[in-house]
Amino acid sequence: MTTLEKEIAFDVSTVRKDFPILSSSVHGKPLVYLDNAATTQKPQIVLDTLIKYYTEQNSNIHRGVHHLSEVATFEYEKARGKVKNLLNAADGKEIVFTKGTTDGINLVAHSYGRKFVTTGDEVIISAMEHHSNIVPWQLLCEERGAKLNVIPMSDEGELLMNEFEKMLTPKTKIVSVVYVSNSLGTINPIKKIIDLAHANGTPVLIDGAQSVAHMKVDVRALDCDFFVFSGHKIFGPTGIGALYGKSEWLEKMIPYQGGGDMIRSVTFEKTTFNDLPFKFEAGTPNIAGGIGLGAAIDYVQKIGFEAIGEYEHELLEYGSDILQSVHGLRIIGTAKEKASVISFVMENAHPHDIGTILDREGIAIRTGHHCTQPVMLRFGIPATARASLSLYNTKEEIDALVCGIEKVKEIFG
Amino acid sequence: MSEVNELYQQLILEHNKSPRNFKKIENATHDADGYNPLCGDHYHVWLKLEGDRIADIGFQGNGCAISKSSASMMTTAVKGTTIQEAKEMFEKFHSVIMTKIGDEIPEEKVEELGSLGALVGVREFPARIKCASLAWHTLNAALNNSQKSVSTEN
Repeated sequence: MTTLEKEIAFDVSTVRKDFPILSSSVHGKPLVYLDNAATTQKPQIVLDTLIKYYTEQNSNIHRGVHHLSEVATFEYEKARGKVKNLLNAADGKEIVFTKGTTDGINLVAHSYGRKFVTTGDEVIISAMEHHSNIVPWQLLCEERGAKLNVIPMSDEGELLMNEFEKMLTPKTKIVSVVYVSNSLGTINPIKKIIDLAHANGTPVLIDGAQSVAHMKVDVRALDCDFFVFSGHKIFGPTGIGALYGKSEWLEKMIPYQGGGDMIRSVTFEKTTFNDLPFKFEAGTPNIAGGIGLGAAIDYVQKIGFEAIGEYEHELLEYGSDILQSVHGLRIIGTAKEKASVISFVMENAHPHDIGTILDREGIAIRTGHHCTQPVMLRFGIPATARASLSLYNTKEEIDALVCGIEKVKEIFG
Repeated sequence: MSEVNELYQQLILEHNKSPRNFKKIENATHDADGYNPLCGDHYHVWLKLEGDRIADIGFQGNGCAISKSSASMMTTAVKGTTIQEAKEMFEKFHSVIMTKIGDEIPEEKVEELGSLGALVGVREFPARIKCASLAWHTLNAALNNSQKSVSTEN
């Protein structure tokens, strides 16, 4: 493709028109939304899909014989198929709808962990995990008398792979690592992690919360055993997400929650469980959310991950260069392989003060520990300011961020 | 003056840069830890009470300019006062910064606060009110511990 063709294929001004919120104002200034690692904005097609569902299709699924129930069931299961295609899973039964990434990790920690992890076993996570990929394993390890090992990282924010290799033992029952760090932007070498773990006979869970909107994932090429993500990070609604699990694991795992939909038959003496994936989907799910997520996946795939990846990388390079040149500003997380997350600290201004001043300029960034307190501890900082970019952001918005940072410097010197 | 400039007044910036009583009090009679888990602001406040008077006060820790300057100004405001006076000051300060955006604050109420009045601009920033009150809640916790232990002994 020539440069011109690429520009035609990906025109950010056209993309921006798909997101109604991007034309709004905050404190009298045009909104500059740079908090995409927290949540992404929603394109009109997702909003329309939600309205359509509630106005024309609303019904409970999997049990009604009436028309609306059939329509809702069809749409919901169609969305499952879209998630399957997004991840290139072999079969829809390997896609379990969840509330989101946290729910997916908790499901695996419960249903795999409580089946396979016993006293003296070990679980491996990494030093850059979100609290949602730390706490469920801590709870499991405490309950089971197992040990939680943490892959350390370098000052650049890269995992020390030789340390990881040394950690793998016959006692290692699962490795659970993040694909893209939400606070550092590091893209971890997950293929290598998976291969090393598999050579040790250990399954691997990949936390894809921060990767899913930015890069193509192929769970079969990666050969990961579990992959989790949240719908709201990929332009879908909140409260919906998915877990991919290899069917051979999902079949062996114990149910997560008990209730309707996850059973085949119930008597007071004995309950038999439903087939995959329904065994892990107790109760009425977030039907609208699932269908909305399907619309979001369609939207992203229409643009294509190649175009998204290239454009975001360009933004990341532009933003990193320009921010690096700001005197007194230090970028936290300088791995060679990075996604479009720029975390930074400033010499004289605390991240919260930066966040407040930028907010009054209409610029939304995230400040704080980003649910990664061990990362803050590792870098000896209480918090960072984080600009996280998405496919609808522009270089002009990064310029606005830099102008805002100049205001911070005017106040704090 | 813009709201941001009103928030970050010179006095606040100055206290942030050179916080007063930024020290641990040896032989403190009371102390407490203050932490905002949402943003990670973290301070420790030490008190030395002589009778019902705050003879000395110090704090350490870190956080944003609002929390640090508020802690610093608090120490200068309550040093030498009685417990009762300090608590009354907290109530006045709290009611001023919690005044709803758009509601008028009587001038005398701000004047009563002395230099603490510099923080009045924080009420325009609801997300930051907790930053301004963190040190005060910590002081309160330190004082309440003392009263609890006193009442238990009684």
